[in-house]
Amino acid sequence: MSTVAVALTPVCAVSAVPLEGGVAALVSGEAVAVFRTHSGEVFALSNVDPFSGASVLSRGIVGSRGDAPVVSSPMYKQAFDLRTGACLDDETVSVPSYDVSVVDGVVHVGSVRPVGEVT
Amino acid sequence: MTKRQRIVVVGHGMVGHRFAQAAVERGLTETHDVLVLGEEPRAAYDRVALTSWFAHADGDGGSDALSLLPGGEYDDPRVRLVLDSVVTEVDRAARTVTVVSPPSAVGSRDGRQNALLDQQGVPGAVTVHEYDVLVLATGAAPFVPPVEGRGKDGCFVYRTIEDLEAIQAASAAATSGVVIGGGLLGLEAANALVQLGLDTHVVEMAPRLMPVQLDDGAGSTLVRHIERLGVTVHTGVVTEAIEGGSSVTGLRVRQAGTDEGAPTQVVDAQVVVFSAGIRPRDALARECDLEVAPRGGVLVDEQCRTADPHVFAIGECAAPGGTMYGLVAPGYAMAEVVVDALLDGPGTFTGADMSTKLKLLGVDVASFGDAFATTDGSLELTYADAVAGVYKKLVVSEDGSRLLGGILVGDASAYGVLRPMVSSGLALPDNPEQLILPVGTGAGIQLGMPDEAQVCSCNDVTKADILHAVTDQGCESVGDVKQCTRAGSTCGSCVATVKNIIEDHFASVGRVVDKGICEHFRLTRQALFDVVAVHGYRRFDDIVAAHGTGRGCDVCKPAIASILASQTSTHILEPATAELQDTNDKYLGNIQRNGTYSVVPRIPGGEITPDKLIVIGEVAKDYGLYTKITGGQRIDLFGARMEQLPAIWRRLVDAGFESGHAYGKSLRTVKSCVGSTWCRFGVQDSVGLAIALELRYRGLRSPHKLKGGVSGCARECAEARGKDFGVIATEKGWNLYVGGNGGATPAHARLLAGDLDTATLVSYLDRFLMYYVRTADRLQRTSTWIEQLDGGLDRVREVVVDDSLGLGAELEAEMARHVGGYEDEWRATLEDPTKLERFVSFVNAPDTPDPSIAFTTERDQIQPIAPALIPVGAPA
Ligand code: SRM
Ligand SMILES: Cc1cc2nc3c(=O)[nH]c(=O)nc-3n(C[C@H](O)[C@H](O)[C@H](O)COP(=O)(O)OP(=O)(O)OC[C@H]3O[C@@H](n4cnc5c(N)ncnc54)[C@H](O)[C@@H]3O)c2cc1C
Ligand code: SF4
Ligand code: FES
Repeated sequence: MSTVAVALTPVCAVSAVPLEGGVAALVSGEAVAVFRTHSGEVFALSNVDPFSGASVLSRGIVGSRGDAPVVSSPMYKQAFDLRTGACLDDETVSVPSYDVSVVDGVVHVGSVRPVGEVT
Repeated sequence: MTKRQRIVVVGHGMVGHRFAQAAVERGLTETHDVLVLGEEPRAAYDRVALTSWFAHADGDGGSDALSLLPGGEYDDPRVRLVLDSVVTEVDRAARTVTVVSPPSAVGSRDGRQNALLDQQGVPGAVTVHEYDVLVLATGAAPFVPPVEGRGKDGCFVYRTIEDLEAIQAASAAATSGVVIGGGLLGLEAANALVQLGLDTHVVEMAPRLMPVQLDDGAGSTLVRHIERLGVTVHTGVVTEAIEGGSSVTGLRVRQAGTDEGAPTQVVDAQVVVFSAGIRPRDALARECDLEVAPRGGVLVDEQCRTADPHVFAIGECAAPGGTMYGLVAPGYAMAEVVVDALLDGPGTFTGADMSTKLKLLGVDVASFGDAFATTDGSLELTYADAVAGVYKKLVVSEDGSRLLGGILVGDASAYGVLRPMVSSGLALPDNPEQLILPVGTGAGIQLGMPDEAQVCSCNDVTKADILHAVTDQGCESVGDVKQCTRAGSTCGSCVATVKNIIEDHFASVGRVVDKGICEHFRLTRQALFDVVAVHGYRRFDDIVAAHGTGRGCDVCKPAIASILASQTSTHILEPATAELQDTNDKYLGNIQRNGTYSVVPRIPGGEITPDKLIVIGEVAKDYGLYTKITGGQRIDLFGARMEQLPAIWRRLVDAGFESGHAYGKSLRTVKSCVGSTWCRFGVQDSVGLAIALELRYRGLRSPHKLKGGVSGCARECAEARGKDFGVIATEKGWNLYVGGNGGATPAHARLLAGDLDTATLVSYLDRFLMYYVRTADRLQRTSTWIEQLDGGLDRVREVVVDDSLGLGAELEAEMARHVGGYEDEWRATLEDPTKLERFVSFVNAPDTPDPSIAFTTERDQIQPIAPALIPVGAPA
């Protein structure tokens, strides 16, 4: 058995998350968006788009803005930093970001991280 | 209170109109009432663009498009316009004008505040109007030389919309036509005859075409171009007589310089257009004893005032300092000067730049400054390439330091840089020949243009004016600057320079005027399209690695996905492209405000069987979807959760439906009226054609969405002219219109070609759409694309109809590949388990619906509840 902290929920095989794409997962009743970047890094943000309230962020386009890996909301296109959840188009807005790790090819989502903390 | 002054303007042409506009804009109407009397039946129109009337000559569309005052009235009630009224006499002692008004015009514009109103005309009668200031703006009339037979039916001039109507009508029954006069206007008239399908000849007395503007080298280069277009040019010949009985049958000509009785030759023609120069319409002035210049034109001083301080003359009827100017720009300047004079301003008119640049039958021709090197000691530099049909000449000062003038034929791209160099006296670079050598041999020097350089000669707008509009008036684009300064709004030849100035300015202040589509690509969509085509790329990774930076975004990824889709016809959800798609494409549906999707099956041409209607009803009922008839003649089912989409589409596909692409930047609908099958007015089967076109172009990924329409007759019930491509049935076939849309900036489609048979229509449409797909910017609809193409609709016509680039077959082949490769995206998705994998609510709980989606009921159908308002724990 691997040494996984209790708070981490396994959600899916990492291969189930498309490269430069996302999937939605249900973690303790919350919708979480799990993303994988081109380099294979995995990130997790709340799936709820703060501008529309709809649970859709996992369906956005994953790419980059400057050095930041971002997802742009499929609803009104604002970009969110995958590492922090900060909205890059409105500094007053951010979405919760989650601890996430890949263990034995499986994505595990942990608890919500304090705002501003970087992986 | 001082009494309001009365200004009477005679003539509502381009210059009379500019005078009225300037009077309003500059506050002259605060103290003056203006009465404008115009002889023509319609308000002033853009005579410079007269020839484009033919392009719209269905109904009265052409006249509307040309109008300078589309409503027929000025916003300011102190300016009154009375049309259909000829001023027949001026009494300078009494300060009155006598007007003869045909019944149709009088009494139609009453009820307005104007001191002149009490002198309202009586139908059909002669009226007299008093003036304090008289402005003659009567323009000029074509000169018809006293040739035997010039009164026969079939002889025309080329000046007014009525002239064009008459030429068009006569051409219907004619096979050949001849234009007398190979000057600027004559060649334009020849162009019109070619467009009207006539075997066209031009006869010119001088040994070359455009003798006033061009030298021999340029003239012969132009002849080669023009003959290639099917016009026969006869230079150095004089017209002896017009042959025929009551109607023209031909033109008898002989060599210039030979005597009467020398051998003659007959050019067959049923249409003859005189274009042998113009004469100022100065008769009113002559008759009231005002002096006219020796070669015609009302003699005026630098303020455009005649010897009578109450009378001014402006435009082509005037001869300031004895010279008349046959161009609109000097006329506009004169109009401004008179308004200024009446406001006690200091403005004067001291001559004008007679430079010309035009596109004749698709050939660039420009002549500017001292084109004939008449300045003492001036030197000529010429460059000619007979194969390419290019002739360029620069005239420079003796010491080579200044540009004095020049001529460009076949490639006038340098005109925008060169002409201002003449007017501003900017120093020439050390090797001035670089300015006219073709790019690649070292040319392309970008010259700093001084601020006072005049950029738009039609409207006298300098570089400084343009910069001011950008820095102080918030203008961001050519369109803005056009509105603010009028630059580019007349002949359009300065638009490219205006654009460069705006872009240079933004670049100089560090504002990124990157034409790149986003931070990841410094390429335009068009350049990206070409890059993909040339290298045969199939993956975003390869494109961004070779031509971009970073990992892309919601701008470049969908754009590249669309480019790949239009070049390859592979399914948009293939692994290589699936993650590039915008959310709507990614789930083959339109996302709604609560994260659900809409379902829009294709209903080509709006035609649907009862059975299919029932299926839609049943599916909607079974899945509890909201249904609505769309503005696009089909039915939209709203409120489907993402994971429900495959099952819903399974039902629809099994019943024979396919994707309607409501989500894609691709063909939406081809709207149709009921057409000749049922409608008592229909002349063609509009439904049949609409369905055929919708099925032909379905799935075509394009820079923006595409809509079409087909109407069965000119009543236009399908609103085809509000679509990117619109087809309207005629007795003989179909008229094809392009560039229409509704939406945020509505535009009416304009005629591309008329009376086409169905096969030709389809081939033109294939070319048009593929040309658009290849060259438009991202999210640019056809209307804005056409507007921003150099040459506009005429350019499109050259490429699509005349096949001037020889691209026709290639564009059609690309469309054939698209049509052949089409498959229904939804059917293909249902058949491929890997594509279906994405349609789950949660990767780890595929059967749990998204708890944030909930509905309430209104008017018996579901309605989304805003996610924030859903009580925690509420059932979905
Ligand atoms: C459903 C419909 C409204 C309706 O209930 O009637 C509709 C709905 C939408 N329209 Fe529309 N438009 C609909 C007819 C129109 C029309 C009328 C027409 O086609 O005759 C117009 C004006 C005509 C035109 O396009 O030239 C129209 C002009 C727009 C525009 C503005 C385009 C423009 O050039 O300015 C947008 C925005 C865009 O495309 O960028 C838009 C975008 C949209 C989108 C796709 C917005 C979006 O991305 O979510 C809407 C969602 C559709 C959905 O969820 O299914 N819709 N939209 C109509 C669907 C027609 C169809 O059967 O496909
Ligand atoms: C086909 C064509 C192409 C052209 N291309 C160019 C070009 O590329 N660039 C350029 O600079 N110029 C061009 N011109 C010339 C340009 O159109 C004229 O310079 C311009 O129209 C002059 O304006 P205006 O107001 O003086 O005369 P007009 O526009 O002719 O207006 C005069 C008006 O006065 C009316 N009128 C005359 N007498 C009376 C009367 N007694 N009572 C009442 N009304 C009267 C006339 O009916 C007419 O409507 C072109 C002209 C033509 C015909
Ligand atoms: S456009 Fe003409 S044919 Fe079509 S429905 Fe209207 S009236 Fe009938
Ligand atoms: S030069 Fe003619 S519009 Fe500017």
